[in-house]
Amino acid sequence: MLLEGKAWRYGRDINTDVIIPARYLSSTDEAELGSHCLEDLDPDFITAMEAGDIIVAGENFGSGSSREHASLAIKGCGVSCVIASSFARIFYRNAINVGLPILECPEAVAHIETGHELKVDLEKGMIEDTTTGASFQATPFPGFMREIINLGGLVEYVRERLHDRS
Amino acid sequence: MGNTITEKILACHCGRDAVSPGEFIDAGVDLALGNDITAPLAMEAFRGMGAERVFDPARVVLVPDHFTPARNIEAAENCAAIREFVREQGLEVYFEVGRLGIEHVLLPEQGLVLPGDLVVGADSHTCTYGALGAFSTGVGSTDLAMAMALGEVWLSVPESMKLVYHGEMDPWVGGKDLILHTIGRIGVDGAHFRAMEFHGEAIDALSMDGRFAMANMAVEAGAKNGIFHVDEVTREWLKGRSDKDYQVLESDPDAEYVKVLEFDVGGLEPQVAFPHLPSNVRPVSEAREVELDQVVIGSCTNGRLEDMETAAMIMAGREVHPDVRVIILPGTPEIVKEMVRRGWMENFLEAGAAVSTPTCGPCLGGHMGVLAAGERALSTTNRNFVGRMGHSEGEVYLSGPAVAAASALTGRISHPREVMGE
Ligand code: SF4
Repeated sequence: MLLEGKAWRYGRDINTDVIIPARYLSSTDEAELGSHCLEDLDPDFITAMEAGDIIVAGENFGSGSSREHASLAIKGCGVSCVIASSFARIFYRNAINVGLPILECPEAVAHIETGHELKVDLEKGMIEDTTTGASFQATPFPGFMREIINLGGLVEYVRERLHDRS
Repeated sequence: MGNTITEKILACHCGRDAVSPGEFIDAGVDLALGNDITAPLAMEAFRGMGAERVFDPARVVLVPDHFTPARNIEAAENCAAIREFVREQGLEVYFEVGRLGIEHVLLPEQGLVLPGDLVVGADSHTCTYGALGAFSTGVGSTDLAMAMALGEVWLSVPESMKLVYHGEMDPWVGGKDLILHTIGRIGVDGAHFRAMEFHGEAIDALSMDGRFAMANMAVEAGAKNGIFHVDEVTREWLKGRSDKDYQVLESDPDAEYVKVLEFDVGGLEPQVAFPHLPSNVRPVSEAREVELDQVVIGSCTNGRLEDMETAAMIMAGREVHPDVRVIILPGTPEIVKEMVRRGWMENFLEAGAAVSTPTCGPCLGGHMGVLAAGERALSTTNRNFVGRMGHSEGEVYLSGPAVAAASALTGRISHPREVMGE
């Protein structure tokens, strides 16, 4: 899949409490959660971002709470992909499980700035900064995770397993 | 080459003799946990998977502890949906408001987690049960749905870090101070995806409640799990809690660690984490004069019996500072009953503190004491991120219960010695 969008560059340790604050966690609706995405960190993000835009952040993105609402909020507001230097463990699982595209690529993060236009080839893990012309290769996913990603998430993976059992 | 306790527990749960770091496994779970925030999404995913029945109604536990007693209509609806799922699936263990506690205090207390178990919970602080020599880790709601449907979870086997604590600790220093000090040293991703294995004579001397507080915050260093070995302290604590046998596993002497860190905690002062990261840690002597609007004592980190005792002893016969609101958040109803029996409840109430029913409440800015803009709290909880306890312009400092109780009396961050006149 090819993605194109504008970069929103943030720092390290962006935690799930600022991705989607607890006051909104009584909802499970992607669009509703998406309308509050990152509002405690950057109130302008949600008003100025456009569908397809890409979050680019430093180390340990998604640290903190296990709330899958964080992945849903990012998907729900229309972000097409998150690129980070590294991801916190549970967020990493959640993103793969719910089909939110993520890429780990410290070199790209060091280069990209807010507003740069990006092109991402998810299968190849290629990130191109079309504003500067630079391109980067993200860390490939281990085989088992690629299987879940290719199925579109963990729900399908388990559905197949349940089907095989019956 | 030997194996660590974490590797051994994982191997036992995927029917293998041994596993190595980096391998992906489908592991069987002994218990799958969800709460009122994460279970609704898990129930949706469970149905989406085409699952009809949970793998074992005795091994799925849903604990609605976050926004309960229901803080608003949406929270009430989520709890109602959980109650319906519990009935429909015939889940054998369920706690209703009045018997409900904070999940990570409640499950061990009720004997639902034992050494050698593999537990996954859709709550990041599920790592708490490592204090008992179990492998336990936080996962997301869709993972929980898979665990409910298949009784399995996918995991990659973590590398292990060995953390060794030497020396005899000051009486005012506890497990919370050790873990804050550790996170201060290694950072919020210092144990990224790894197992943190705790050792040393200071750990041997630590109570179970102190060990729970440490394991609880392993996730604040980015770890997959935190784990302790079973000893006499563990065995004594477990007595009478469960009829089931449990499996005691140990790391081999030649087990492989990616890192070994040594700490001399003999002269360690009580620790305080400054806003807005749990790694922003300084000794309490460098935190004095920070004035407070609110003090929270409790939660899944420090809402256990020993924490309540420490706070109650410090507050006995003394008065909360007139500018401070104190909220006591005991972990379970059993703890509340003990607080009444032992007279601690009276200490708190006479001092001018508010005692809450067990709930997560303000810990995650849910209810029961959220902060306004510009307000500052000292809390015995585990996170001090921007907006964690309410307004994004509020500030949260973290400490253990002794510093929190003393600070409640003085109105600013204080060493307990200051009020105990030692
Ligand atoms: S007390 Fe706080 S950290 Fe613990 S489970 Fe509840 S919200 Fe999470």
